[in-house]
Amino acid sequence: MVRSWGSRVYLALIFLFLYAPIAVLMVFSFNSARSRGVWGGFTLDWYAQLFQDRQIMSALYYTLLCALLAAVLATALGTVAAIGLSGMRGLPRLLASNLAYLPMINPDIVMGLSLMLLFISLKIPLGFVSMLLAHITFCLPFVIFSVLPKLKQTQTELYDAALDLGATPLYAYAKVIIPQIRPGIVTGFLLAFTMSIDDFVVSFFATGNGVTNVAITIYSMARRGMNPKINALLTIMFAGVILLLFIANRRLASDTKSKQSTLFTK
Amino acid sequence: MKKNRIFCVLLIAAALLAAGCGQNNAGEAETIIVYNWGDYIDQSVLRDFEQEFGIRVIYEEFDTNESMYAKLKAGGTAYDVAFPSDYMIKRLIDEGGLEKINFKNIPNYSLIGDRFKNLPYDPQNEYSVPYFWGTVGILYNKTMVDEPVDSWGILWKEKYAKEIFMLDSQRDAIGLTLKWLGYSLNSKSDAELAMAQAKLVEQMPLVQAYVGDEVKDKMIAGEGALAVVWSGDALNMMLENEDLDFALPQEGTNIWVDAMVIPSTSEHKEAAEKFINFMCRTEVAARNCEYINYSTPHTEVLSGLPEEITADNRFYPGEDDLSNSEVFDDLAAMLPLYDRIWTEVKAEYQ
Amino acid sequence: MKKKLISGPYLAWMLIFSILPLFLVVWYALTAESEGERVFTLAHLSRVFEPIYLRVIWRSLRLALISTAFCFLLGYPVALILTSRHFKRHTILVVLVVLPMWMNFLARTYAWLTLLEKNGLINHILAFLHLPAMNILYTDAAVILGMVYNFLPFMILPIYSTLYKIDHSLIEAAEDLGATPLTTFRRVIFPQSLAGVLSGVIMVFMPAVTTFVISRLLGGGQYTLIGNMIEQQFLTTYDWGFGSALSLFLMALLLITGSVLMRSRGEEGGLW
Repeated sequence: MVRSWGSRVYLALIFLFLYAPIAVLMVFSFNSARSRGVWGGFTLDWYAQLFQDRQIMSALYYTLLCALLAAVLATALGTVAAIGLSGMRGLPRLLASNLAYLPMINPDIVMGLSLMLLFISLKIPLGFVSMLLAHITFCLPFVIFSVLPKLKQTQTELYDAALDLGATPLYAYAKVIIPQIRPGIVTGFLLAFTMSIDDFVVSFFATGNGVTNVAITIYSMARRGMNPKINALLTIMFAGVILLLFIANRRLASDTKSKQSTLFTK
Repeated sequence: MKKNRIFCVLLIAAALLAAGCGQNNAGEAETIIVYNWGDYIDQSVLRDFEQEFGIRVIYEEFDTNESMYAKLKAGGTAYDVAFPSDYMIKRLIDEGGLEKINFKNIPNYSLIGDRFKNLPYDPQNEYSVPYFWGTVGILYNKTMVDEPVDSWGILWKEKYAKEIFMLDSQRDAIGLTLKWLGYSLNSKSDAELAMAQAKLVEQMPLVQAYVGDEVKDKMIAGEGALAVVWSGDALNMMLENEDLDFALPQEGTNIWVDAMVIPSTSEHKEAAEKFINFMCRTEVAARNCEYINYSTPHTEVLSGLPEEITADNRFYPGEDDLSNSEVFDDLAAMLPLYDRIWTEVKAEYQ
Repeated sequence: MKKKLISGPYLAWMLIFSILPLFLVVWYALTAESEGERVFTLAHLSRVFEPIYLRVIWRSLRLALISTAFCFLLGYPVALILTSRHFKRHTILVVLVVLPMWMNFLARTYAWLTLLEKNGLINHILAFLHLPAMNILYTDAAVILGMVYNFLPFMILPIYSTLYKIDHSLIEAAEDLGATPLTTFRRVIFPQSLAGVLSGVIMVFMPAVTTFVISRLLGGGQYTLIGNMIEQQFLTTYDWGFGSALSLFLMALLLITGSVLMRSRGEEGGLW
């Protein structure tokens, strides 16, 4: 009993540590004083002004557009790549799949600046396209490593049977293999989407010409006094995530296994 | 079930994007990219410009001349209007980084005071249109500092340990140290620079932080006693917190001009000129001046300002007040040494 | 058959966007501009080994190690509690550990300023309790706190998932044989969770060594880690050669520590 009580206190303290800054951030989105740390009374003004702020709105727009496109493209490219990898054997396979580790072990900052060097050398203008290309690159491994294990589990007999029955390889793939690996694809997509939405370091180097995402906007604001409008935006986004999790949780209450796999990996 | 989930995510994303598009898509309108210092414009001015000229403005900010230069120089960008300071303008001109402005398209240039024309960084007035000007000085909190603030030396006093904010900007930090030591802030002497470097390293333990624009929140909230700030920011902070006061050290300081230029990578030169001319319009310049409180080179805006500000020689110093102050020169070949000093000073932090 | 060909686009993509950029880094690290051409030089690399920069690298390693140690000390008990049978609804608790990561990390790190400042919330609370104020902002302590705060979930989760998989009958067997809880932990539970600990260490240590954001926000502009130096070379001083040389050094460092840690973890596949 004592042990259980002690554990509860310990957990409570850890959660206090994890959530105190979030609470501060949210509370100050309702603060009528602009300055940090001074409470000037309750207001919803920042939420109203948020939608008038062109810098924040454009950052939000680029963040969402980039995350969506990067997730879709990385999922497509990564799924095809995983299927290809699963067909390879020996050294080529080892090399090709180890290649996918590269963006994961390469430090963010090196990846960001090396991509910046690449875009500049290839004369690709820094902006939305360059940011998108960079995001697809770091999202790809997450898709591949979500899909590969599922491919291992698939029953190839069904695929062979489909071929014997006269299906074209493409048709057999679409009808037999893809449904079996769908959970992996979905996990990969969601991972890619969250990775992209949250990215700062790579985007910071890979963008330019006035294109920024929410993270970059926060960084530049953090260096000149955070505007409570950003707190309002983050509060809304956080509430959105909680809502989505809640919905997903209810829908997938039976399917706990796949739920955990999506929760862990981020 | 899974299908529904993806669908759900996609639907929400699509809805958000559609909302975003409403904000962003101005159709086929011409677009210019403006690259300015952080917090250095009344943003409503941009919307007015867009409405009047049908030209869309993409706005990006930088925090030091050096970071702006690194971005321009790296390539891959096409900024149409930038706002560097004097010495950086000189450097960009010398390296062919700027486009000559067609002053026929900037009739409002006549409203800029003569004192800000034919300056050494752009002697023929071909490349730049002054935006704001000012000095660097020491902002202090009267409740924490009870001695007269008249020398850069106060930033090295032990009793203000951890109460000092330095400016996180290479030229300013090295320059003020040189000034305090009695040298030119454009020193090209190895020995003088080595001394300045040693002084900066010596000062490090006394400094609470090297900061950029975040100094404003800090000083207003009383988080420090002394801060090195640009004059306009000083006025801004003094208006927010009555305990704050500002002084220009007697050793002299840096006097600077930030001006609008067109980088040679610009793809919309005429639109950029329209923008520059618009920024010099009296009503627009006045709004910017009111918002950011820096010293204006605009004659009509100046005459509309309250006497107590224009007569204050800390914010509108006359030629006499600045006899021992200097403008930053482009360092050209000496620059790698300054870069190295700066990198080493920061690496020295314990 | 044709199956292997369809990974072609992926291979091309990785060559262009992963391998080629690294070659560019190597190229810039080994060349310097001289009369409009880039010529071979070792100057950038040898500059990395000057004592002043080695000190910065050492500081980065030291801080990352301290932060990793704190993450382990704080995180292991959390993982242990989460898997204990006292908590029936541990999935929800695990979600609570992950949830903060869905709010932008820059904003969460910045929020610590409000808490840690001289006139910040924590000092207000301390003053209210008549306790002495603490001023840790812009010091090592603040940067370590920021790292532990950001990376703690990366330590908890892998440990949790290995602890979760431990066969409970083993623990019961140990208890039946008269082992004290401490012995059970030392001899049965901990050895089996080592793989998770190692993943956690990798996942905390790597980002901690390379960060430039946490040190910039909580350490001030003077607080220089290797990440800050690299960022400064590319985005302020425009010295791509030295910046690239530092990046190469950093990559080599991480590759070595990474592979040592991975090897000791065994052949269990990827990082996750």
